Amino acid sequence: MLAHEILEKLTARFPDVAFALHGELPSDPSITVPAPALASVAAFLKSEPGLAFDFLRCACGVDMKDRLDAVYHLYSMKVGHSIVIKVALPRDNPVVDSVSGLWDSANWFEREAFDLLGIRFAGHPDLRRIMLPPDWEGHPLRKDYKEKSDYHGIPTDRLDPVKV
Amino acid sequence: MLEPKAKPKDGFLLVNMGPQHPATHGVINFLIETDGEVMRRATPDVGYLHRGIEKMMEITSYPGNMPYSDRVDYLASMFANHGYAMAVEKLLGIEVPKRAEYCRVIADELNRIASHLVATGTMAMDLGAFTPFTHWLRERESINDFMEFICGSRLTYNYMRVGGVYADFPAGLGDKILRWMDHFEPIVQEFNRLITNNEIFVKRLANVAVIPADLAISYALTGPNLRASGVPFDLRRSQPYGAYPDFEFDVAVGRGIRGTVGDCYDRFVVRVEEMQQSCRILRQAVTRLPEGEWRAKVGRTIKVPAGETYGKVESARGEIGFYLVADGSDKPYRMKIRTGSFTAAAVIEAISPGLMIADLVAVIGSLDVVAPEIDR
Repeated sequence: MLAHEILEKLTARFPDVAFALHGELPSDPSITVPAPALASVAAFLKSEPGLAFDFLRCACGVDMKDRLDAVYHLYSMKVGHSIVIKVALPRDNPVVDSVSGLWDSANWFEREAFDLLGIRFAGHPDLRRIMLPPDWEGHPLRKDYKEKSDYHGIPTDRLDPVKV
Repeated sequence: MLEPKAKPKDGFLLVNMGPQHPATHGVINFLIETDGEVMRRATPDVGYLHRGIEKMMEITSYPGNMPYSDRVDYLASMFANHGYAMAVEKLLGIEVPKRAEYCRVIADELNRIASHLVATGTMAMDLGAFTPFTHWLRERESINDFMEFICGSRLTYNYMRVGGVYADFPAGLGDKILRWMDHFEPIVQEFNRLITNNEIFVKRLANVAVIPADLAISYALTGPNLRASGVPFDLRRSQPYGAYPDFEFDVAVGRGIRGTVGDCYDRFVVRVEEMQQSCRILRQAVTRLPEGEWRAKVGRTIKVPAGETYGKVESARGEIGFYLVADGSDKPYRMKIRTGSFTAAAVIEAISPGLMIADLVAVIGSLDVVAPEIDR
């Protein structure tokens, strides 16, 4: 099923939700979903027989400077089609419902997005840092991240290998 | 050190397995809550090898990122090369020449065999059978030599370029590969006699840590781990890329021949069968290698127009995907790397309850988890 057909199904089921389709070729098509609607839209995408998105192959966050995007790459083993779902979140309070109850793979993907971009997933069973130590400050994949001068007394500045 | 999620209940003991442990294949820690030899839960604690490759890719130019992609998975770096190149080529709209696509397939399949040799060899070694591993390393040495002919290096290849490959396929190497396969395919039979059909080995793995198909799909397992659960999902077949539609091969799936579909033994057998299928693809690719250019005309500096795409290839450890967000500059705006080991490590917590500690070694080996690929 193509992206605009998936969008038609979604708007038929959720007439009150403002969806938006993006992605001119060669980009992959993506559907933007408002954050409050994500949980119900995701459940519909998984359970509706014609859509049957049973495989969350990737989920991550992207810092778009004015906002944070949570991006979900979905695929259907049964039907063989795929779609990208995006949720735009405000930088100062990026909270979105967790989809780990629908797809188990979301558990670690969301932990990584929380760790590296600071997106908080409400209802996540185990939202801890995954890559960085628990006492790390800041979220390194944010565009405005500044590296601290030291970590537990270990300096983080290093010589420029080109100039040495 | 990671705080355990919940204090173990009375009567359970918390044991750290790792981060330095010979069977964890890299630096991973497992927090094991155990009652004697039986685990209540094994929680993977990853991140010890987090090098921030995604962040580094944001400050490096598109051609300069190719060697970084090698470092994602040092045992199967050709696939990371391929996936990264495919993502960039898609946004640039570059048509890769036919000869380059064939060169990529040859390199990929050689790398797949090399990676599965390590996977099956170390798995047998972790369970106490040392000899098969030495046989496999001898065969892998030949592949390393071929790789050296093809791209000049033996482990982190940096072979592919945006629009093709780094150098033309060396003249005469095809015959060498064919001769080596004449020798290698009987060795696989010998390996099967030595270890795959070994009754002690079979009993050690059959019916251990069964992953049903629906759990595998929910955890987004890919590659041999998913196929061992009976799901015939292979990107080379399901969502074909490159020159793969030109070749005949079978997708190896778990059949539960000695136990249940999706057990550790199936994951082992699927990898052995995949090596044989890779030989089939190699024979076709080497003999039918077309003449022509091996790299499309691409400028020295690459500026990718704004857009986003997800380049994915079937790696030896499942799907390796590069989610590239480009903003029109000469560097990626964001690069998310999705790897097979990441989801495979996540499933360990779900299948660990009730297993013996010794079986955890079999589970790690059978899922073929490679630590740097989890952490990136």
